[in-house]
Amino acid sequence: MKLIKNIFENTKPHVQKGAKFHWLHSVHDGFFTLFFVQKNTSKSGTHIHDYIDLKRTMGIVVFALVPAILIGMYNTGFQHYKAIGELASTGFFNIFLYGLLKVVPIIIVSYGVGLGIEFVFAQIRGHEIQEGFLVSGMLIPLVMPVNTPLWMIAVSTAFAVIIGKEVFGGTGMNIWNPALVARAFLFFAYPAQISGDSVWVSIGKSSQAVDGFSGATPMAQAAAGNPDVNVADAFLGFIPGSIGETSTLAILIGAVILIVTGVGSWRIMLSTVVGGAVMGIILNIFAGDNAYMALPFWQHLIIGGFAFGAVFMATDPVSAAQTLKGKWIYGFLVGVLGIIIRVINPAFPEGMMLAILLMNTFAPLIDHYVVQGNIKKRLKRAQVAA
Amino acid sequence: MSEVIKLKKGLNIKLAGKAELITETALISDTYALKPTDFPGLAPKLCVKADQDVKAGDPLFYDKYNPNVVFTSPVGGKVVSINRGERRKILEVVVKGDENAEAAKFMEADPKALTKGEIKEQILKSGLWPFIKRRPYGIIANPEEVPKNIYISTFDTAPLAPDYSYILKDEKNTFQVGINALSKLTDGKVILGVDANGNSSTFEGLENVVVNKFSGPHPVGNVGIQIHHINPINKGDVVWTINLQDVLFIGRLFDMGVLNVTKTIALVGSEVEKPRYFKTKLGTNVSVLLEGNIKTENNTRVISGNVLTGTKISDDNFLGFYDSSITVIPEGDEYEFMGWATLGLNKFSATKTFISSLFQKKEYVMNANLHGGERAFVLSGQYEKLLPMDVLPVHLLKSILVNDIDKMEQLGIYEVIEEDLALCEYACTSKIHVQETLRKGINSMIKELG
Repeated sequence: MKLIKNIFENTKPHVQKGAKFHWLHSVHDGFFTLFFVQKNTSKSGTHIHDYIDLKRTMGIVVFALVPAILIGMYNTGFQHYKAIGELASTGFFNIFLYGLLKVVPIIIVSYGVGLGIEFVFAQIRGHEIQEGFLVSGMLIPLVMPVNTPLWMIAVSTAFAVIIGKEVFGGTGMNIWNPALVARAFLFFAYPAQISGDSVWVSIGKSSQAVDGFSGATPMAQAAAGNPDVNVADAFLGFIPGSIGETSTLAILIGAVILIVTGVGSWRIMLSTVVGGAVMGIILNIFAGDNAYMALPFWQHLIIGGFAFGAVFMATDPVSAAQTLKGKWIYGFLVGVLGIIIRVINPAFPEGMMLAILLMNTFAPLIDHYVVQGNIKKRLKRAQVAA
Repeated sequence: MSEVIKLKKGLNIKLAGKAELITETALISDTYALKPTDFPGLAPKLCVKADQDVKAGDPLFYDKYNPNVVFTSPVGGKVVSINRGERRKILEVVVKGDENAEAAKFMEADPKALTKGEIKEQILKSGLWPFIKRRPYGIIANPEEVPKNIYISTFDTAPLAPDYSYILKDEKNTFQVGINALSKLTDGKVILGVDANGNSSTFEGLENVVVNKFSGPHPVGNVGIQIHHINPINKGDVVWTINLQDVLFIGRLFDMGVLNVTKTIALVGSEVEKPRYFKTKLGTNVSVLLEGNIKTENNTRVISGNVLTGTKISDDNFLGFYDSSITVIPEGDEYEFMGWATLGLNKFSATKTFISSLFQKKEYVMNANLHGGERAFVLSGQYEKLLPMDVLPVHLLKSILVNDIDKMEQLGIYEVIEEDLALCEYACTSKIHVQETLRKGINSMIKELG
């Protein structure tokens, strides 16, 4: 410990302003603060401060993502061997290993590109490195189809970090959830490569899919008019889909971690689920002979990106509504819009991404009305008193 | 007796080093001082020079914009030095005490028999006026104004705060005299906020007051929170507040006809050997309290007041004007390896992100380290949980950051002062300077609207 600390302390003067290696300042500072909570003490205001900081907060979100990552890796292998017809003859370890080797490069690219840009911006602005990307960098791989080429991951990550976040001023200032900006960029910039049924399952060059294999996600099937949801598979996560979003179980474990620690807003999660369920029920009522509309409302909650969006995306504290009442409204509308876009709009098989981005855009408006409500109450009180 | 007002929001910080209910008489300090920096926004004008003899109750300086408001020497003796800081700002006016010195004479009378004008004049002349604060803004009351009500909180819920009902127990009559004097200064009432779970007998049988009972976690003991729930401050309202011990000074002034600013303070904190109460005087040098009572040789932080709102002082500086405690905690100016990633069995937190939330201990040692870097606002909902008021703290702070006077007014800046938002600053993940920002906002309100 002491050795590492000494290295950091001794090199610190060389990265200060005016010194030879000043261009490395943000990198030095980033790693120093990662390894050591600094010795700065309170100079004004309260003399004691909570032990919580942004690193820990973001660390807990990443921790909550771990079940989704692990099951996502396993499912990648599972879908692969299922597609080539060798599932029965392959052991658990090999299935997982296949997924691991597929997913880890995506994670590395996402973190590498994103953090690289963050370091550069921190250096230019003279800021400390902000921790926001610790979470975004993990969310981005998890919402990508596994067959996305790595260069596309790199380009969309760069777009998300620069246009989605840094142009607004960095962590805490962005309007949209950066991970969803990456996903949306990919979706609209490379529609040919990112849609269809072939992107969800990694087959590999050396293998061949068995006859009759489609690779379509349950959502795509439902959108095509023949919904066939295997509830157990959808809940546990053994369906084709983006890497981290298939297992509702893993996401629920993450949700429990976020809610127990208080890092994620249970209000948003709950209201999103309620909104999705309510809209699902409404569609069920008016379904007629439309098979997708007739899909039992609760099945919407376990297929596609609904659960992942509700737990990890909609709850991003920066881009969500910030007032208590606002969170209820925001979450509810995310759920409603997610299902509407999913079912009614034929162009987009998945609606969660667009619903959340749309509500991110309106979150400040929702907050505005909640704040106005508070102001009006105060004004009214003054008039009654006078 | 009214119903209990129960508040849920807030947090009791379990800081180690609570004072035992034992009072010692502190050694008599050699020097005493008043610090103009204790009064936000004050422009002090000196009335004394170094080496001048003063009596207890003689003015040392006054308010430039309100010359009736004088600040008087807590003891008789000789002015030894006037310490100045940057740009010759007056930091301290130091008086060397002399036991044989005379005390200034004031009127000795029952306030019930006096007129409002006589009472006001006596309090102003004696130098006790600055103890009366005004809301909005938490600054010294303007003698020309008539407050809607006068509020006194009879309990303090801040970490390691002194137990006022213990301090008051022998001086209930003096307290009554002080209240009688104050009640003449308002057209409304003198309103007490009493701890519903405390020893309520202390505050029973008082005349001339309205009692409201409160229960809940800190900051329920803050007078601003109590006002918000009794009769919130609207635009144009003025109310006054005063600390409980300072009412005793007013009581003694009318009882004895001299300035007697003896007060009981708590010496607390994890670095204090046997935390307990001391009888001492306003403005005492704290070295007489600290000597022999500090446990460690390590780097400590001495705070006049509590850990949330107090002022960092050196160990030979002076007790703050409004403070009833001295807190000593470790400075904590050291690196912590991977500190953000530890389980945190010994880390008390307002959040549930440390394992300490599962295994609650009775008390925790806390130091002055920031425990993280400063960031922009990232998380939401954190402040709201800690402020039992219908005020949106983050939006208020943001309106201050952009200096939008209208929004500040609309969002309730009249209702809060630093102490009410101090918990938010403690718990803030982004380590935002909440209290400093709020005072900045209040200062621009004063500047723009007067």
